[in-house]
Amino acid sequence: MILLWYILIPAVAAPLAWLLSLSRPQAARWVAVAGTSLPLALVTWQWVAQAGALRAAFAAHGPGVAGLVQGTWLADIHAAWISPLGISFFLAEDGLTLIMLVLTFAMGLLAVLASWRGIQERVGFFHFMILWTTAALAGVFLSLDLFLFYFFFEMMLIPMYFVIALWGHEKRVYAAIKFFIFTQASGLLMLIAILALYFIHGRATGTYTFDFTQLLGTQMPSATAFLLMLGFFAAFAVKLPAFPLHTWLPDAHTEAPTAGSVILAGVLIKIGAYGMIRFMVPLFPQAVYDFRTVGMVLAVIGIIYGAVMAYAQRDLKRLVAYTSVSHMGFVLLGIFAWNTLALQGVVLQIVCHALSTGALFILVGTLQDRVHTRDMTKMGGLWAVAPRMGGTAMFFALASLGLPGLGNFVAEFLILVGTWQVSKWAAVLGAVGLVFATVYALWMMQRAFQGEETHALRFNDLVPRETGMYAALIAALVVLGFYPQPLIATVRQTVTSVQQITAGSPLSPKPTSAVQVGIPADRAPAAAAVADGTTTDGGR
Amino acid sequence: MTGGDLITLLPLIVLTASPVVVMLAAAFWRSHALALTLTLVGLTATIVSLFIAAGRTSRQVTPLLSFDAYALFYIGLLTAATAGVAILSWNYLQRRHVHPEEYYMLLLTATLGGAVLVASTHFASFFLGLEILSVSLYALIVYPIYRTQFVEAAVKYLVLAGSTSAFLVFGMALVYAETGTMTVSGLAPLLRAGLGGADVVVVLGVVLLLVGVGFKLAVVPFHMWTPDVYQGAPAPVGAYVATVSKGAVFALLLRYFRPVSLDPGSSLFLVFAAVAIASMVAGNLLALRQDNVKRILAYSSIAHLGYLLVAFLATGERAAIAVTFYLVAYFATTLAAFGVVAALSPPERDAESLSDYRGLARRRRWTATAFTIALFSLAGMPLTMGFIGKFYLVTAGAGSALWALIIVLVLTSTVGLYYYTRVVVAMWVRQPDEGAEAMGAAVDGASGAVLAALTAFLIVFGVYPAPLIHLIERAVSSLL
Repeated sequence: MILLWYILIPAVAAPLAWLLSLSRPQAARWVAVAGTSLPLALVTWQWVAQAGALRAAFAAHGPGVAGLVQGTWLADIHAAWISPLGISFFLAEDGLTLIMLVLTFAMGLLAVLASWRGIQERVGFFHFMILWTTAALAGVFLSLDLFLFYFFFEMMLIPMYFVIALWGHEKRVYAAIKFFIFTQASGLLMLIAILALYFIHGRATGTYTFDFTQLLGTQMPSATAFLLMLGFFAAFAVKLPAFPLHTWLPDAHTEAPTAGSVILAGVLIKIGAYGMIRFMVPLFPQAVYDFRTVGMVLAVIGIIYGAVMAYAQRDLKRLVAYTSVSHMGFVLLGIFAWNTLALQGVVLQIVCHALSTGALFILVGTLQDRVHTRDMTKMGGLWAVAPRMGGTAMFFALASLGLPGLGNFVAEFLILVGTWQVSKWAAVLGAVGLVFATVYALWMMQRAFQGEETHALRFNDLVPRETGMYAALIAALVVLGFYPQPLIATVRQTVTSVQQITAGSPLSPKPTSAVQVGIPADRAPAAAAVADGTTTDGGR
Repeated sequence: MTGGDLITLLPLIVLTASPVVVMLAAAFWRSHALALTLTLVGLTATIVSLFIAAGRTSRQVTPLLSFDAYALFYIGLLTAATAGVAILSWNYLQRRHVHPEEYYMLLLTATLGGAVLVASTHFASFFLGLEILSVSLYALIVYPIYRTQFVEAAVKYLVLAGSTSAFLVFGMALVYAETGTMTVSGLAPLLRAGLGGADVVVVLGVVLLLVGVGFKLAVVPFHMWTPDVYQGAPAPVGAYVATVSKGAVFALLLRYFRPVSLDPGSSLFLVFAAVAIASMVAGNLLALRQDNVKRILAYSSIAHLGYLLVAFLATGERAAIAVTFYLVAYFATTLAAFGVVAALSPPERDAESLSDYRGLARRRRWTATAFTIALFSLAGMPLTMGFIGKFYLVTAGAGSALWALIIVLVLTSTVGLYYYTRVVVAMWVRQPDEGAEAMGAAVDGASGAVLAALTAFLIVFGVYPAPLIHLIERAVSSLL
């Protein structure tokens, strides 16, 4: 039942915010705060309360298919919905879902807080859209029926479209329509793949169902599997986004209002990664293995291309948007490496990127509100004007470039270590991307905040509401940098069980052995620390 | 013909009596309100009589008509849609100071024609139904005579529909001359063979028949009249042409071909597939550059008929359910869209230019919301019936492995997103032109209620379609 609340609370809050705002615009903000912070509190409580359960489930069932398929969910709901077509209302939650939900509601809350001053027009309608997106995102991460997944996947398109088109910047309509069409087209390709899978499974077994757990392991010719895999890949690669399907992202992120950028970068593009880990690879392990080289090449191109493009931007927000392309390249790399280290890194990267990039977008937003431009050539020397803002920007720029001690470093390091075991070249080239990241991050600081203060800009430094938001994000990144174990322990069962599902394929030749063949402890202390945490617990 | 058959025929009898009553009432006492009331009473009585007829076991009345569950379902759908059109017309006609009483009579006779079509199992009833429908529509399109545009549209429709009928009759004659049958069941073996090995005269006859049907459905290459007629006709009549007229003919097509299951290699199948692809591509591409909302809806309806043909070509019960479900969704959506156009139209013209809709969301929040939901349903977005409907179509196509058709469907409906969102953007993002008249008179209560009901219908069955699907399952099972 608790799973339904995650969708229902924001879904009910959405029309409430709109209706209340008709008489009192400010009421919408408070409804939105409640509509995101209530489920956030709920899921955090569940996380704390179920930490023991997660460990127990892992100990009892071991890492394995049993965890994913045979109902050791933290919670699940299974109800009939459109039974003539074999569609059920199937929600379930495991460690990975839990993390994604925390992220969804946290970013939703952040988006609401970040638009407290910035959004003054159609306040009610804005919060209606933000809450609707939040509800749909929660649905995406919870559903295990492929139709239901597609339903929520499409559902969040409309509010995001409106958020960009109504409250965005100069080229907002163009950006919104581009985002809409890219996502919709790729989503429909995934729909075709889902339907093909549905019929192949139905013909073979006589059971026509969209239930993901039943569709796992469907036998089909390898050429068919490859095509279907491409259908899923198209949808998730557009979302992620992977080079060369990324072109909607710089436009959408740049033109969206701050809240839209936060949700886009923080949660929406993570659906790509989530969908690949949860659905694409487990359904078609052999096909993914055949596609691995291409996937890794695309990932590496994405890492380097995103970083180079980021360096070339004058528009501060567009720069941040391109860093997302680069960081998501790491995520794609880790998914195609498909071993424990890399997958743990991917989950960490998902969380840390959301925190650091979300913060950078809010920062750019606050800056734009005050100096009315995003053009870095019109800035310079801002540190002297607003030292608190400068220091904050410095911190998140460093997080973005992967400074050791912050979560992003651990994530990218784990991904590279995991990738090394699969493809040394990909790991080396990916590491080059880290160098480029240093260049763009420091160059951004140099142009905007350091140097001569030539434009005589005067504005207020951060106010307490903003300081509080940044402080929370900074604390989270530092904690994840030094002590990522709670997060890794939460997703441990998911990571091992998805690998167990693909165990029969060449994708993971020696299941659960990825950690053992990792780099020796004396040569990579950070990785060893993380790996220790998993192996010793898992071995008990 | 027995006394029992009269009970079976009751829906048709009630539907025939209603226009007579409306006409007689108008002859004695001209009152708009009375005409509308009588019309709605007649339509309600028709729907009630459907339940009475459903209790009968023998459903075939003469070789001409079959009142099986399929026919009853579609008569119900057509009647409900007509009621919607009638209510939406009230304010539209009221603002225009024309004598509106006969308008409702024509609406009822047109629906009678549609009801005959969906129950038809014989060429004779096919032709009769089609003619009743067409002749009523000629007059309906030109009803508010004060605009020459209406006359132009009506003449265009008259000429094209007239030649269509000629094609149709000639085709029927050729088929009958060669095979000696005019019934659906007699024609089935011929069609099942995909016309393979059939005599050239029969082939010509069937092709002429399909040309006639194609004109009515406005699929490519017989689509040219649609944009002009949609644009030229009064908005409520446009809604009627788009829904009842096309829906009835599609239901008839499904009845003729349902027991057949075309062989994917046959030439007949290829003809349908080519028409479907051409309709999807042309409809969506031509809509892209339109600045007239009615023309956008016209081209989009061409595309939607193309989508329907994809499921029509699929085999199995799923296909018939998909077509019917999609038609229901399409009816509700199109009515809502045209209903908004009708409700917003000022007395002197129709609110059809895209610039009329600029900034609508600021002036008429709820009307803009209803229109947005209708447009998203046409685009197939989740939470609306359009989503489930399109999903059903694709499922039906995938079940018969019609991959090429499905891919065209998917790609072209992505193109479709662009022009639907253009209207949405105009309503929500754009500001009205400087100096432009503030478009959008207050929406009257009756239209508002219909729009609210249609919107609720779209969302309720978009979220929980199972009850409707079960109903449709029962209806189409009688086709087999």
